[in-house]
Amino acid sequence: MTTADTPLVASDRDSVARLVGFGTFVASLLVTEAVIRIGWLNRFIVPPPSEIVASFGRLFTEEHIAYRFFFTAGECLIAGIMVTICGIAIGVLMQRYKLLQRSCETWVAAFASAPLVLTYPLFMVIFGRNAWTIIMMGFLSALPPVILKTIEGISGTRKVLVNVGRSFNLTATQQFWKILFPAALPTIFVGIRLGLIFALINVVGTEFLINFGGLGQLINDLAERYDLAGTYAAICFVILVSVLFFMALEKAERWLRPVD
Amino acid sequence: MPPDPVARNAILVAEDIIVRFDTPEGPLTAVDNVSFEVRQGEFLSVIGPSGCGKSTLFNVIGGLLSSHEGIVSVAGETISGPHKSIGMVFQEESTFPWRTVTDNVAFPLELVGMSKAKRVERARHFISLVGLDGFENRYPGELSGGMRQRVSLARTLACEPSILLMDEPFAALDEQTRLLLGDKVLQIQQQLKQTTLLITHNITEAVQMSDRILVMTYRPGKLKRVVEINLPRPRTSEIVGSETFGRYVAQIWNDLREEANRGMRDEEQNALRQEEQAL
Ligand SMILES: Nc1ncnc2c1ncn2[C@@H]1O[C@H](COP(=O)(O)OP(=O)(O)OP(=O)(O)O)[C@@H](O)[C@H]1O
Ligand SMILES: [Mg+2]
Repeated sequence: MTTADTPLVASDRDSVARLVGFGTFVASLLVTEAVIRIGWLNRFIVPPPSEIVASFGRLFTEEHIAYRFFFTAGECLIAGIMVTICGIAIGVLMQRYKLLQRSCETWVAAFASAPLVLTYPLFMVIFGRNAWTIIMMGFLSALPPVILKTIEGISGTRKVLVNVGRSFNLTATQQFWKILFPAALPTIFVGIRLGLIFALINVVGTEFLINFGGLGQLINDLAERYDLAGTYAAICFVILVSVLFFMALEKAERWLRPVD
Repeated sequence: MPPDPVARNAILVAEDIIVRFDTPEGPLTAVDNVSFEVRQGEFLSVIGPSGCGKSTLFNVIGGLLSSHEGIVSVAGETISGPHKSIGMVFQEESTFPWRTVTDNVAFPLELVGMSKAKRVERARHFISLVGLDGFENRYPGELSGGMRQRVSLARTLACEPSILLMDEPFAALDEQTRLLLGDKVLQIQQQLKQTTLLITHNITEAVQMSDRILVMTYRPGKLKRVVEINLPRPRTSEIVGSETFGRYVAQIWNDLREEANRGMRDEEQNALRQEEQAL
């Protein structure tokens, strides 16, 4: 039997796809490296990938990137906790009071697509150049998706489930905690996932802008020192962290959601 | 017949129920002047073609609809909302996807504050009653549509309502499962001496299980006829083969055919009108 006769099972196809993806990535690095070495690309604009890879170690030993990482993670965590509590609460209130929903939903949605990071000077004035400005920026940018998805999740609860609750004579509080909220939870979690990603982006961005805190400041710092390889390595590190974070959230979401 | 419903042993009474809906095509009378009573321990079925207002009637009796005329009373007491002695099984899939089978069935027990150990034990009992042993820890998403419907049935049975109200509970099941589950429901109903109101569009199902059958007309939904089923009890699905059974089925089909035809013509006309509007 030749290989062409054996149909690929799904897991095989997955690993093939992963291999091709990884191969493309490595190939593009090699091409970049070559293009820079030949001199077609200025090495003072893009440092060769080999140098970037080599400076990773330096980031840990000299720049304390691990500490920076935990600083940024801490800011994201606080923003995340705040947004989970406030976002869900606001969403629930808006869903409950239709006037509030009708009057505010549009501009909450508008907020979701606005470049909120530009409002950082305002928070600098209020909180000063410290972690709270950064946390507030992360919090604010994460708020709209959590609010919107909470409204969507609760409104989208199937009518018959609500009726089941009514037929068992649930009180309004029981109706919320035993039916509406659990029914909405998968949708709310999508909102939280989106929110946390927005928060991470804005936290790092604000750190960069106000030159304070964790990973964002490190990138700023390295760039100011004109340590190009280090800057790119730190950027790669942030990207890596975001991707891993995103994947972990997706896993957590699948684990939380019972099959439906 | 004594004039007082309580004296006639009627536990559930519906008087002059009228339900109107406002639709884009104008007002629609879904249920038109329906009155009936269900006696203590009786198995009553309401049968009618699709769209004749059966679910609407179900919602009125269950106390879920308030914009209706007429009175529903349970044991002489007029209801103004869901009544605690009525247990409802809905037509649509109504299990909680975030709860396991056991937790679904234990739901009403949890509400009355029963201890965990006790309610799990009770839930197990009702789960095995509907034939779902071995699926206690599965989520509804892992079950077939018919199995989920059985979970809903078990959940409603778990609070042991004295009146069981079911809206086409077996519609999603295949014929064999339907017959067997019908047997189970009958068994349970006889055991618990439950008063049962079954809403269905399945003639076999209605005759197999009922003491009396109310036949409804298509739009507006009125009562067309009441058929007493004098088949011996305890019954099992084997009765489906008997000659008397066949006669009842034929008689009810005779009544229903006209209504079903009207319903189909109506729907065709609606479709045509919509097509014209689209053009
Ligand atoms: N909330 C509502 N608003 C407007 N019209 C409604 C509403 N609920 C039901 N109707 C209409 O009332 C009629 C009866 O509906 P109902 O659901 O009671 O029918 P049914 O007998 O249960 O049908 P089926 O056998 O298909 O379940 C239908 O024509 C339906 O379109
Ligand atoms: Mg119906």
